[in-house]
Amino acid sequence: MSTLHTVNKSPFATTTLASCLNHALEGDAILLIEDGVYGGVVGTELAKALAAAKGVSLYVLSGDLTARGIDTARLVKGMKPIDYAGFVALATEHDRAQAWL
Amino acid sequence: MSEIKKFLYVNRKAPYGTIYALESLEVVLIGAAFDQDVSLAFLDDGVFQLLKKQDTAGIGVKNFSPTFRALGDYDVTKFYVEQESLTERGLTADDLMDITYEDEDDDYEEKPSIRVVNRDEMAAIMGDQDVVLSF
Amino acid sequence: MSYQVNGTTVEHDEEGYITTLSDWSKDLAEVIAKQEDINMNEEHWEVVNFLRDYYEEYQIAPAVRVLIKAVKKTMGPEKGNNKYMYELFPYGPAKQACKIAGLPKPTGCV
Repeated sequence: MSTLHTVNKSPFATTTLASCLNHALEGDAILLIEDGVYGGVVGTELAKALAAAKGVSLYVLSGDLTARGIDTARLVKGMKPIDYAGFVALATEHDRAQAWL
Repeated sequence: MSEIKKFLYVNRKAPYGTIYALESLEVVLIGAAFDQDVSLAFLDDGVFQLLKKQDTAGIGVKNFSPTFRALGDYDVTKFYVEQESLTERGLTADDLMDITYEDEDDDYEEKPSIRVVNRDEMAAIMGDQDVVLSF
Repeated sequence: MSYQVNGTTVEHDEEGYITTLSDWSKDLAEVIAKQEDINMNEEHWEVVNFLRDYYEEYQIAPAVRVLIKAVKKTMGPEKGNNKYMYELFPYGPAKQACKIAGLPKPTGCV
């Protein structure tokens, strides 16, 4: 039993990503979409919390990332860019989806 | 008869600044017609929805906080409130409305609907659902 | 769209629910009931008053099963049942009685 969490808000505007990280369980996945992708880069306050999320897989939607001019080279270690097909695959691999708004 | 599923409504927004809280409540009321196993979660700013003494007369919008007290009639009897979210906001369980339900399996005894849980318990509750609806 | 009552005009929506809840009066209730082909008697008033009290306390017009359950609890099983309620309000107790009581359409009622 595992959950796919999506986060669509910038961590610099809301506490959404922090709250998601606080509630993700081992085996879950977190996918950053829309303005949520700003939370996926190195050198931020939250990067440490992302790195500390043990047993949680991290993904970012590549279309949203490139749209905002962020190079995949800047992503935190272990954060994987995926496309829409990858999003669908993740949704099917998990038992439920939880949108953090 | 279809199988009963566990539905969790996750409330993370304060009540009047945005429409999320009211929309959530409306979906809960509509969804209650489908006889599922419904729980509500209140965390982050969502805990503000349950504060006592809300009075919206001065801002010209409806005060929907009394409606939470009707949810027991709709068989919605589990309100999980996160302790850490309360503490971060300088609140305790005493600041929340008294919300009760009548337990049909226990001679209609009146019982509290609000259950304060810690963050790990909340995470476990979220991980134990068939459907999670976020607001 | 509006009702006329005692020389004043009360606006309502396309289904007949009044748009401003504070416009309600007992005379208006009689006018709405007449349009619904209901002749208000003591039993009708008992349900309408019950709904208004419920709304006052919870800020919500209850769904029909919730209404019947609540009526059963306060007025007894001989009134808190489908048959009794639908005899009083043939087009649905929650829908029709709420309209007469000047409340919004119950949430979830389509």
